[in-house]
Amino acid sequence: MTEKFINEEKKTRKFSFAFSRKQLCIPYGLFLALFVVLPLLLIVFYAFTDKDGGFSLANFVRFFTSSTTITTVIISVLIGLATTLICIVIAYPVAYILARSNLNRGGTLLMLFIMPMWINFVLRAMAMKDLLTLIGVFGFNNYVNVIIGMVYDYLPFMILPIYTVLIKMDKSLIEASKDLGASSFKTFTKVTFPLSMSGIASGITMVFMPTMTCYVISDTFGNGLITIIGKLIDEQFTTFQNWNLGSAMAMVLLVIMLVSMWVTGGFKSDDVRGTNI
Amino acid sequence: MKKFFQVFYVALILLFIYAPIFTLVLYSFVDTPIVSISEALRIGFSFELYKKLFADSALMTIVWDTLTLALIAAVLATILGTLGAIGIYYSRGKFGKGVSAASRIPVINAEIVTAVALVLLFAFIFTESRSYFALVVGHLVITTPFVVLSVIPKLKQMDPNLYEAALDLGASPVRAIFSIVLPEILPGILSGFMLSITLSLDDYIISAYTKPAGFDTISTYVYGAMAKSNANSSLPALRALSAIIFVVIILVVVIKNLSTKKKEAK
Repeated sequence: MTEKFINEEKKTRKFSFAFSRKQLCIPYGLFLALFVVLPLLLIVFYAFTDKDGGFSLANFVRFFTSSTTITTVIISVLIGLATTLICIVIAYPVAYILARSNLNRGGTLLMLFIMPMWINFVLRAMAMKDLLTLIGVFGFNNYVNVIIGMVYDYLPFMILPIYTVLIKMDKSLIEASKDLGASSFKTFTKVTFPLSMSGIASGITMVFMPTMTCYVISDTFGNGLITIIGKLIDEQFTTFQNWNLGSAMAMVLLVIMLVSMWVTGGFKSDDVRGTNI
Repeated sequence: MKKFFQVFYVALILLFIYAPIFTLVLYSFVDTPIVSISEALRIGFSFELYKKLFADSALMTIVWDTLTLALIAAVLATILGTLGAIGIYYSRGKFGKGVSAASRIPVINAEIVTAVALVLLFAFIFTESRSYFALVVGHLVITTPFVVLSVIPKLKQMDPNLYEAALDLGASPVRAIFSIVLPEILPGILSGFMLSITLSLDDYIISAYTKPAGFDTISTYVYGAMAKSNANSSLPALRALSAIIFVVIILVVVIKNLSTKKKEAK
C-alpha cells in the first residue's frame, strides 16, 4: 500500500517539473555531450572515412603498415616506458621517506616536491633546457635529453599518488607483520609495496600517456629529431592536412586509453593533480 | 646512518627539481642570449632583462591575455562544475552515472586527442575551428572535470540530513542549496577554482589548436620561441618573465600553506 503511494508520489513529481538537485547536472551534461562526446564520435567518423566522406579502412591500413608510423609508435612506447620507470624509481623512495620519516613534519617538504605541478610546464622545460646548456650536456644525446626533460616535468605526478597511498595505509598491518617476526625488508616487500601498487598504477596513468603524446618536450629537447605519436597526429592536422589519417591515429590512442582505464580500473579521484592539497 | 641517507636522497632530488628554476632566476639578471658562466662573468648582473620585458608591449599583452583567459575559464568551469558535481552526487540514476563517466574522459584522455576532437567539432559547426569561443570551450573541457573532482569529496563529507532539515524548516530547494549546501562545500569549490586557473595557465596543446590567429598564451608563445630559435638558449626577456612567474607561484603556495596551517593550529 505504502509502496504504491510512494510510486504515485514519484509519478506526480516527475510530471510537475519541480526543482530537484539532480537537475543541476543538466547544463554540465549537455556541455559534455556537445564538447566531449560528440567530438569523439566525429573522430571515429573521420577515422573510418576517406577524403570524400565514403566509408574506408585505408587510414588504419596506412597506420599499421607504414614503417614510419610503426617506428614512431615503438619509439614513443620506449620513451614512455623509460620515463615512467625512472619516475617510479626516483619517486617511490621520495614518497616513502615523506610518508614514513619525520622529515615531512608539517607537510613543508611534500609541498616542495609538489610545487612544480603548479608552474607552467613549458616554462619548466625551458628552465631545464637552460640548465642542461649551462652544464654543457645539452645536445649530447637527443634521447637522453628528451627523457631528462620528461622525467623533470612528470616526476611530481608520480610522487603524489604514491605518497597518498602510503600515508593512508593502515599502519597496524605493518606493526602486525613486524610482531609476527618479519624483518623490515620482508615487511616492505610483502606488505607495504603490494599495498602501494594502486598508487603506482595511478602514477603510471598520469605519466605514461602524456609522455607518449605531449610533443612539447620531445620537440624542444630532441632538436626536432625525435617524433612521438602525439607529434604524428599533430603533423596530420597541421602540416599535411590529412584529418582522416590524423583521426585514425587519435582513435588508436583513444582505444589504448580505454583499455588501460579498464585494466587499471580507472583511478582514484583524489590522486589527480593534487586535487585535495 | 639511515637518517643521513634519507636526508641526502631528498636533498639530491630537490636539487634536481630546483636547480633549473634557480638557474633561470639567476640568469634573468644577465642580459645575454647565451646561458654560460663565462658570459655571466663577462656581462655581470643587471635588471636589463626586466626593463626589456616591461617595455615589450607584445609580451605584456600575451601575459594579460593568458591571465584573462585563465580567469574566464576558471569562473565558468567553477560554476558549471559545482552544479554538475551536486547533480551527479544526488542523482542515483543512469543520467548521473553517464555524466560522471563522460566527465572522466578529458581527465585521462591524451590532450592531443581532446584538441583534435575539438578542431573537428568546431570545423563541423562553424567551418572555422579557431576562435576565442573555441579557446574558452577547450579550456573548460580540460578544467571543469577537475572542479567536479574537487567538489564531490566535500559533498560526501557533508551531513546528508542538513539539506533535508532545511527543507523541513521551510526553505525552498534553491535556498537550501545556496545557504546550506554551498557553504559546506566551499573549500572544494575554491580548490577547484585554483586548480582550474593552474590547469588553464599550464595548457599548451588545447590552446595551440583552438586559439584564434594572432592570439598567444604564454605557453604557445614560449614554445614558438623555443622551436624557432635554433640556439639552445631561451629568449632572454622570457627568462625575466619566467622568473617572475616562478617567484609569484612559490609565494602563493607558501602563503596558502602557512594560512591553512594557522587554521589547523586554531
